[in-house]
Amino acid sequence: MINLPIIPLLIPLLTGIILMFIPKKVKLQRVISLIASLITVGAAVILVNKVYKDGIQTVNLSSWDAPFGITLVSDMLSALLVLTTSIIALATIIYSFRSIGEEREKFYYYPVVQFLLVGVLGAFSTGDIFNMFVFFEVMLMASYVLLVLGGTKIQLRETIKYLLVNVISSALFVIAVGYLYSIVGTLNMAHISLRISEIGQTGILTVIAILFMIVFGIKGAIFPLYFWLPGSYYAPPVPVMALFGALLTKVGVYSIMRTYSLFFYHDRGYTYQILIVLSILTIIFGIIGAIAYWDVKKIIIYNIIIAIGVILFGFAVTTEAGLSGSIYYLIHDMIIKAALFLLIGMMIAITGTSDLRKMGGLIKTYPGLAWTFFIAALALAGIPPLSGFVGKLLIVQGGFSSEYYLGTAIVLASSLFVLFSVMKIFINGFWGIPKTFKGEEKVPVRSLLIAPVILIVLSVLYGVGSEAINPFISQAVETLSNPTIYIEAVLKE
Amino acid sequence: MEILMAIVIGVLFMSATYLMLSKSLLRIIIGTGILSHGAHLLLLTMGGLKKGAAPLLGEQASSYTDPLPQALILTAIVISFGVTSFFLVLAYRSYQELGTDNMDRLRGNEKK
Repeated sequence: MINLPIIPLLIPLLTGIILMFIPKKVKLQRVISLIASLITVGAAVILVNKVYKDGIQTVNLSSWDAPFGITLVSDMLSALLVLTTSIIALATIIYSFRSIGEEREKFYYYPVVQFLLVGVLGAFSTGDIFNMFVFFEVMLMASYVLLVLGGTKIQLRETIKYLLVNVISSALFVIAVGYLYSIVGTLNMAHISLRISEIGQTGILTVIAILFMIVFGIKGAIFPLYFWLPGSYYAPPVPVMALFGALLTKVGVYSIMRTYSLFFYHDRGYTYQILIVLSILTIIFGIIGAIAYWDVKKIIIYNIIIAIGVILFGFAVTTEAGLSGSIYYLIHDMIIKAALFLLIGMMIAITGTSDLRKMGGLIKTYPGLAWTFFIAALALAGIPPLSGFVGKLLIVQGGFSSEYYLGTAIVLASSLFVLFSVMKIFINGFWGIPKTFKGEEKVPVRSLLIAPVILIVLSVLYGVGSEAINPFISQAVETLSNPTIYIEAVLKE
Repeated sequence: MEILMAIVIGVLFMSATYLMLSKSLLRIIIGTGILSHGAHLLLLTMGGLKKGAAPLLGEQASSYTDPLPQALILTAIVISFGVTSFFLVLAYRSYQELGTDNMDRLRGNEKK
């Protein structure tokens, strides 16, 4: 099918529109969103398969030829991310059925989730820089609504900050696109890359590269620009937090990877050096946050920041091992962060608090939850048979082979601190003397556990079967490290 | 002409930055409005301000102004319009709920 890359976008869009007409019929909404997300996963699987067999898939919307119209491009990286995103969406929607509450469900919760998906999937599969801005806005607008939906005081307060930060970064994105347009005179990403390779990466293009790093760094929470994230991600209800933690920051990371590998790869000395330093600092500050807090939400939130640093470090060392490591780690991290947020969400629902010091002994009454969390924690830290291992191994390998010894040592040490921070949750939350918690009986533990268990099983399979996934990843790396493949696929010269 | 526009846009960005660093929420929202004005004018300027007819084929001129930045600006305007109206309603709602518009008092992590 020629229009395959647009299908994963259209399904959530149409579903969102349909769901807007039936806000009060909660049961029907659940059924429709479940079916739609299953179909999205199916379409994404077909897309990955198609890209694997036939190379990069492009759709020129309205049949306008490549540099003049909007092109949707699915290379292996974006197809894999589309698949991961749709799986995470499916899991969070299943989790939402029993946790989000009727009040929110009646006020357009499911439609907004679908629109968030449209934005994220669109940002992953667009081939046009301004179109990427538009999809960012679709995603952000949906995320504002999801963040504030329910209207508790903390949500209102944190939404103001989140909105302000993103308004500023969107304005910077427009400014960056304006500057880039004035130099290359085109918006199609493949065509921009071609033009830049013709004129060479002059000083002004390096400035624009840094501007893009700032823009996507605010979205993706890299070191000096992560300040908004811990507060904002603390506020929303758990399934929303899982969606945000797994998807939103990763879109920023993907955009950095895309623009830096496609546009700004001619003069690596300056920009990539900055990227490496910032990613290391991101890891360090994430570690400080992750081991400082006694609040389960905060610990996982700071773990997001650490992972962002690790992925960007793997990308910025630009060896083949580093690149494939960062893609492995990116997909692993999306799955595992969603699972961890859903699991701590259950802990919070059972205990009625997010303070670790008030929890304890959950393993006696909830062994299933405890062991799922244990596996998730080990996978997050990168213990060998599980999914975090291969990515980090390759990143470390790439770091050593391009002689960034200190940075690589910090990446290695970060695993230790990550393990410490999640084991702190395990030891204090699940071991120890059982306490009685209020509201314990009301929590439907069994049905809530379905979604995180799906994700953990996937993550374990991802780790164990990394050999089977390797051809997909290496195909993604090939496009990332060799932009001409991308350009030729889009411009068809 | 572009130089003049660049200076004006610079002044707009300066005022926006100043306003967004203040304590009152309304001043911050005014700052975001000015910031988006600056960004839109910048798009227009960066597309080039060379003389030409309005991009309508009925004009039958020998040269037209670049239509692409205008389309980009139109898109960016409606987006920032939507975001600003959401922001204003959010500010109104949080004034009702939290009873303050002072950003200094919107701190902390506890569910007060």
